[in-house]
Amino acid sequence: MTPADTDTATRTGSALELRAVRKVYEVGDDEVVALDHADLTVAGDEIVALVGPSGSGKTTLCSIAGGLLSATDGTVVVDGQDITGYSGRQLTDFRRSSVGFVFQSVNLVPFLTARENLLVVDEVGPRKGKVARERADQLLEELGLADRADNLPGQLSGGQKQRVAIGRALMNEPGLVLFDEPTSALDSHLGDQVVALIRDEMKARGTAAIIVTHDDRITHYADRTVHIEDGRISA
Amino acid sequence: MRLALRELRRRPGRFAIATVILTLIAVLLMFLGGLLDGLVAASTGAFRAQQADLVVYSSASRDSLVRSRIEPDVRQRVEAVDGAAAVGGLDSVQLGGRLDGRDPRDLLSIALFGYELAPAGLPDTPPAVGRVYADDALRAEGVEEGTTIALGPARTEVEVVGFVSDTRFNGQGSLWGSAETWAQVVSANRPDVTLADGVVQALVVRAADGSSPAEVADRIDAATDGATSTLTIAEAIDALPGVSQQRSVFNQIIGVTAVIAIVVVALFFALLTVERTGLYGVLKAVGASSGTLFAGVVLQAVVVTLVASAIGVGASLVLDAVIPAGTIPFVATSSRLASSVVVLLVAAVVGCAFSLRRVLRVDPAAAIGGSA
Repeated sequence: MTPADTDTATRTGSALELRAVRKVYEVGDDEVVALDHADLTVAGDEIVALVGPSGSGKTTLCSIAGGLLSATDGTVVVDGQDITGYSGRQLTDFRRSSVGFVFQSVNLVPFLTARENLLVVDEVGPRKGKVARERADQLLEELGLADRADNLPGQLSGGQKQRVAIGRALMNEPGLVLFDEPTSALDSHLGDQVVALIRDEMKARGTAAIIVTHDDRITHYADRTVHIEDGRISA
Repeated sequence: MRLALRELRRRPGRFAIATVILTLIAVLLMFLGGLLDGLVAASTGAFRAQQADLVVYSSASRDSLVRSRIEPDVRQRVEAVDGAAAVGGLDSVQLGGRLDGRDPRDLLSIALFGYELAPAGLPDTPPAVGRVYADDALRAEGVEEGTTIALGPARTEVEVVGFVSDTRFNGQGSLWGSAETWAQVVSANRPDVTLADGVVQALVVRAADGSSPAEVADRIDAATDGATSTLTIAEAIDALPGVSQQRSVFNQIIGVTAVIAIVVVALFFALLTVERTGLYGVLKAVGASSGTLFAGVVLQAVVVTLVASAIGVGASLVLDAVIPAGTIPFVATSSRLASSVVVLLVAAVVGCAFSLRRVLRVDPAAAIGGSA
């Protein structure tokens, strides 16, 4: 199925729907179950905090929801697209057009300015040119980074970098944004600011978000907290 | 692609080592090629200048101009061959030449040719007896129009009446005169080489329009009952002593240099790809395909190689301009420089291919904190 087939895909009104999703890794002769019959539905503008200890499967869940990994079993529907059987190429197209990521270590391209880091999303796919440039400038304005648009990541503070990363995740107007430990590299004050910003931006756009975290304080900003342990989800 | 170009522009230091090494390789490649071309040019000019298609040697000479002897009756049979439009004798001898005002032991290395069918740049009718045209290379030795050169131990004098370009032979400057001038000089200095009346060392043959030189060559050898060995000009050049060996040795060195270029590009961009594993993971996560990322690697390798090649071309042209004539046989031709650039570009792309697997294996899931 391709994104063009969305009309025929399951339309749930949810940003994410995982049904009985399993992910099994083969390590030598052994099998490691990273995700075990996980069911999760995230509404269209809902912010979900995904909390669990290291190795609990939260990163795997996030990767499957974002089309970085394929599930071993189960059904994955993101923003109306059933991506369960997508090929690698289809998943690449899907990631480019339908989801946003903010990574733990920010991971901005170090030799690109803030504006260019947002435009990376446009450059790696079919280019929209002027439309993309206008969108990048608009996002930078909204994120309070208009005067930093031409700065390289090395010239930005930790919070500003995180905001650029959020802008990059929003470039393709995704239905779902996945945040991987967005505050882990920030002090508590800055962490609070960033999470408040994430909440404000997501709510303002009506975009759903899953925030993977160890940090219990983040849960206050989320609409709902989902716990995961040993690959099993518990609300 | 833009991403790759921006990295080159904004982080040139990252590519400096590869650029420096590839520049050295480019200079080496072009210098070796220039030396080969210079050596071959200095050895084969007299044959390349021939406005003919074939060279006819006696079969016993084993395709050597010095050993070859064509008797008059054989020549008549060659001239009668269908497709042989024009036939002329060609004789050569290598002698020392003395110039007025120079130490008598400071000899010029001269190859004196007697011609009947004019090579390029020479008049159809050879100059009068005792007069010769000189190769341009002899200007560097102080030879000018009107200069008298004393040839051989008998110091037979010939007067230079003009110059001709690119006709050196066996690394020596050549003089071009009539068959009579040649016979006179040889008779006075090398009686062992003197030929009987009507005998020439070799014949050069122009094939008639529409005739295949190779077929005419076969007809000539058939008409002379195997008394001749007829070669195309290209074959005759290859048969010159040392030419094919020079080509073979230099081409092997050039081949090894190209392999080194491949290894350098492969190692450098493999290391760069390892360094970029995290970045590639992020780019894949936001929707970049492996093809897009690999195209960026190739583009960077091509740009680095083009920069190195441009410096190599510039250095070769400077070398060509500053090396004094008659010292190092180096010549920078556009075809050699272009072919060297192509070899380097192919090496760059092949070298990059070793990074392809690594780019393909970058897991976008690694960007989001691992796969577990």
